[in-house]
Amino acid sequence: MANITDIIAGLFPGISVDTPEKSAPVVTVDDSKWHEVAAALRDTKGLQMDYLVTIVGMDWPEGLGCMYYLMSSVTNEIVGVKVLAKGDREQPSITSVADIWKVATLYEREVYDFFGIVFVGNPDMRRLFLSIDWKGYPLRKDYDANPDLNPVSIESERQSDFTSTYSRNADGTLAKEDVRVFQPEDFVVNIGPQHPATHGVLRFRTAIDGEEIKKIDVYMGYIHRGVEKLCEGLTYPQTLHFMDRLDYFSAHNYHHALCLLIEKAAGIEISRRAQVIRVMMDELSRIASHCLFVGTFCMDLGATTMLFYTLRVREQILDIMEKTCGARMTFNYDCIGGVMADLHPDFVKDVKELLAVIPRNVKEYNDLFTGNVVARNRLSGVGILSREDAIGYGVTGPSGRASGWACDMRKLQPYSIYSELQFDEVVATEGDSMARFKCRLDEILQSARILEQLVDNIPDGEYLVKVPKVLKLPQGAWFQVTEGCRGAFGLYLESDGSTKPYRLKIAPPCLPQAAVVDHITRGYKIADLITIGGSMDYIVPDIDR
Amino acid sequence: MTSGYIQAQFLDTTGVHTLLTETLHLAPWAAVTVECLLVGVGILLVYALLALFYIYYERKLCAAFQCRLGPNRVGPWGLLQSFADMFKMLIKEIIHLNHIDRFLFALAPYLVIIASVMAFAVLPWNDGVQIIDFNIGIFFLIAVSSIGVLGILLAGWSSNNKFTLIGSLRSGAQMVSYELSIGLSVITMVCLAGTMSVTGIVQEQSDLWFIFKGHVPALIAFVIYMIAGTAETNRGPFDLPEAESELTAGYHTEYSGMHFGFFYLAEYLNLFIVSGVASLLFLGGWQPLHIPSWDGFNMVMDYIPGFIWFLGKCFLLSYVIIWFKWTYPRLRIDQLLALEWKYLLPINLFNLVLMVLVIVFGLHF
Amino acid sequence: MEVTTKSMPYEAWKDNEYIEKLVNELRESGTNVVVGSLDKLINWGRSNSIWPLTFATSCCGIEFVSLGAARFDMARFGWEVARSSPRQADFMMVAGTIVHRMVPVFRRLYDQLAEPKYVIACGSCAISGGPFRNSYHVAKGIEDIVPVDVFLPGCPPRPEAMIYGIMQLSRKIKVERFFGGVNRQEKQREFLESHPVEGVED
Repeated sequence: MANITDIIAGLFPGISVDTPEKSAPVVTVDDSKWHEVAAALRDTKGLQMDYLVTIVGMDWPEGLGCMYYLMSSVTNEIVGVKVLAKGDREQPSITSVADIWKVATLYEREVYDFFGIVFVGNPDMRRLFLSIDWKGYPLRKDYDANPDLNPVSIESERQSDFTSTYSRNADGTLAKEDVRVFQPEDFVVNIGPQHPATHGVLRFRTAIDGEEIKKIDVYMGYIHRGVEKLCEGLTYPQTLHFMDRLDYFSAHNYHHALCLLIEKAAGIEISRRAQVIRVMMDELSRIASHCLFVGTFCMDLGATTMLFYTLRVREQILDIMEKTCGARMTFNYDCIGGVMADLHPDFVKDVKELLAVIPRNVKEYNDLFTGNVVARNRLSGVGILSREDAIGYGVTGPSGRASGWACDMRKLQPYSIYSELQFDEVVATEGDSMARFKCRLDEILQSARILEQLVDNIPDGEYLVKVPKVLKLPQGAWFQVTEGCRGAFGLYLESDGSTKPYRLKIAPPCLPQAAVVDHITRGYKIADLITIGGSMDYIVPDIDR
Repeated sequence: MTSGYIQAQFLDTTGVHTLLTETLHLAPWAAVTVECLLVGVGILLVYALLALFYIYYERKLCAAFQCRLGPNRVGPWGLLQSFADMFKMLIKEIIHLNHIDRFLFALAPYLVIIASVMAFAVLPWNDGVQIIDFNIGIFFLIAVSSIGVLGILLAGWSSNNKFTLIGSLRSGAQMVSYELSIGLSVITMVCLAGTMSVTGIVQEQSDLWFIFKGHVPALIAFVIYMIAGTAETNRGPFDLPEAESELTAGYHTEYSGMHFGFFYLAEYLNLFIVSGVASLLFLGGWQPLHIPSWDGFNMVMDYIPGFIWFLGKCFLLSYVIIWFKWTYPRLRIDQLLALEWKYLLPINLFNLVLMVLVIVFGLHF
Repeated sequence: MEVTTKSMPYEAWKDNEYIEKLVNELRESGTNVVVGSLDKLINWGRSNSIWPLTFATSCCGIEFVSLGAARFDMARFGWEVARSSPRQADFMMVAGTIVHRMVPVFRRLYDQLAEPKYVIACGSCAISGGPFRNSYHVAKGIEDIVPVDVFLPGCPPRPEAMIYGIMQLSRKIKVERFFGGVNRQEKQREFLESHPVEGVED
């Protein structure tokens, strides 16, 4: 850690580097220098912060601003950068870093949407989740939540063919320029939001030439539920249940992540039994999630029957979970201090039964689909994502690992008991849809391996330690990245010392995966869009939150 | 039979003819008109019943492949499920759209269904049980079944919807290409039979089915015909025109009520027609399984009525088509066309030459 | 008249008062034998062939997928023909949260369904906004957007509950009247007249 801060301090004398005890170091940079610092952070040897985990828009008492969290794919260090916005609340602005990290284009749009901070130099400064006529910036602390201002309307939303980009004039004011999203001669087909293959309500505005894709404009927000704002109004234990409903396949993983973060902030030590239970549940969900991925992906390609074979395993896992957690989805099982309830007496037996059938099932999937000549032709070489692009766009999880980027946070940022477990990180180098598909299939086996190690070694002890009834976190900010089923799940928590979070930022893995679709589908056919989108395996409520 | 080449022989039609002309004293032209109407009603009834059964058949089969039960609540074993569906569709609203070509939009489903009814009429169900039979029967069948693509193209074009347009363009490219394979593999078999008449082709197979008689080239033609036939009926893995996960419902996205019902029925009946043609070209139509010089066996086989043979073969071949629909992923449009133009067509041409050689040198059984 | 479905005893239903009310309404309005039996035939077709629209926004949609899978197998009842085009579907399972941006799209989908059309509000989000009720970008239930036939509580409802819900819909269809009289469609029309969409051409 000290190493990183030393390099940064050496590079930019006079820069303030803060090293909080339980979180990554935070560098505070003035906006005028920010672009220069960002480029240096990415390119300097020893830093190589080439992966932008998230941009956290903030409404601090001292003004609007952003927290950038960066990670290096080389050193695996995380660093935070705090930038305060220039200008008043009417038109705050920050220099864009969209040219340094590709995914920043979208992240900056998100911050603009929620906080109204304009990013100077961003090529596409539109709102992301909310309509262009939305009044106010919802995540600002002074947002007027009066429903009359933004009523539910059944009238179609106004749409613009233009996007804007901003530049700074010499006197510091902003100049706006309108840019066309599509050219007038483009044949634009609207895929989604109601479309069987977008896995929910995502919308692609697709410019096509015959069957070939020229450009895709990803439209989000059809299931934007404002979870981050809702969390600010709830106490810490209450915020947990939203984690189930983001990526509902990673319900346990996300729960686990937020519990870890709150426990770390509050200094709560949980029992080993609870840790083992949590990890086992995480891995069970990972298997269930990947199984469903295999099924729905094959269904998108037209091989409907696979879905029914994969759901068979999923149902078996849901049975195990239901016995212990009492629900088939939205479990709300992990809680601050451990888990809600002790394991069901049948748990060990059931998990062993499951472990016995998994290799057989994976073999069956391989026989049925992976080896199929049609499937191979549809998948191999389609939607190739290079390693650089995977890092630049922040595509993590199995999708990123299929491009050769070892980005498993269970290995890079070991949490809970993962450092003690034996498992391989599945990495492929092809970066095509086939590799993404195979990575997930192989991860099922690796998760099974983790379960095998744990199933006979569940220690005795209490499953829930005592935590104060009214939980207050000390003042401070914490950031953490864990591994969901679909990739790196970042959480940023800032507390002002009360019982409610001042800001809880959720950095979902699926947002960059949807953002990269435009980049990797160009020149492919419409049918390949379905393949690529399916192989990315994004979950729309996770993108939109 | 006075009615030219229309031989309605489901019943003893001479009786009907006598009844109409002699008992009711109708003029010959009136009698023929009445007969034609009767035949028309009959064929439509059988068509509808068979299509409904096929819907049920596919749903049950697909359920079996997917470890499910399939329809089992409506009627015994769910047999009436597709009837309920059809009842509902009959009285479901037909939505009138603005900004479409109304005439073509309304015409398209009828074209599709007319094409498949006409093709259906050619199929021989048993010895002499056939509606249209003339010397170029199989040629007629290929000709009318390609009217269907016109309906699909029109449906996609007139709906004024981008998805349907893409769907219909795909289907145009697909059908025109695969028509070639169908035609060539049919010609291969016509060479072997020496006749284009459907009855003649079936009669030729009374001693041995063509798939055995023509051995290697017939087998190749059979495989190609099954592939091309599946593509021709827009069924998976060639269901690109209506690729659900890409184009929502493809060319018939905008159709509702019974208009959609026509597409739905025609899709299933085309499945039957393709298997029917395959069975009459390769598996002897209604001819029982005969093996030369196994007289005892042949006699036993003769006891099974012809239409059971025919339906049995159709269902069996449909089973195969349904099987690979539910197993294979869908092809991409360029792969689909590459399969036809780069592989099937050359193989087919080569196969035709091979068949001719086989016939010339008398190498067949 | 006991309105029920195959292999489900009348007592097993939870809200028979509601259906009985509908049945009484039907009886009072009276009708002749021919039309009555035609109605019965039509309702037999309609109630046994309920095709869903593939529509899901979040978690409930996954349970709907499970409902189609081998374990719960909605194909038994003939509901598995999920149509992707709203023109060909009979009902919409509103599985998931409906947010501001989705509302016009959702309403348009409903308008695109061909008559007779039904809506099942599936899960607490569709019923009331659920856990997201207080959010700035969530519609507080879909009742204000489209007329709802069946409410299906749960977060998400279990597949068994979904079967029950669709069966209830099927029961409701059975007491409907195609030819005149007390018809749900009229209530639907009232609703649509009081919630018009402006500027929509078709």
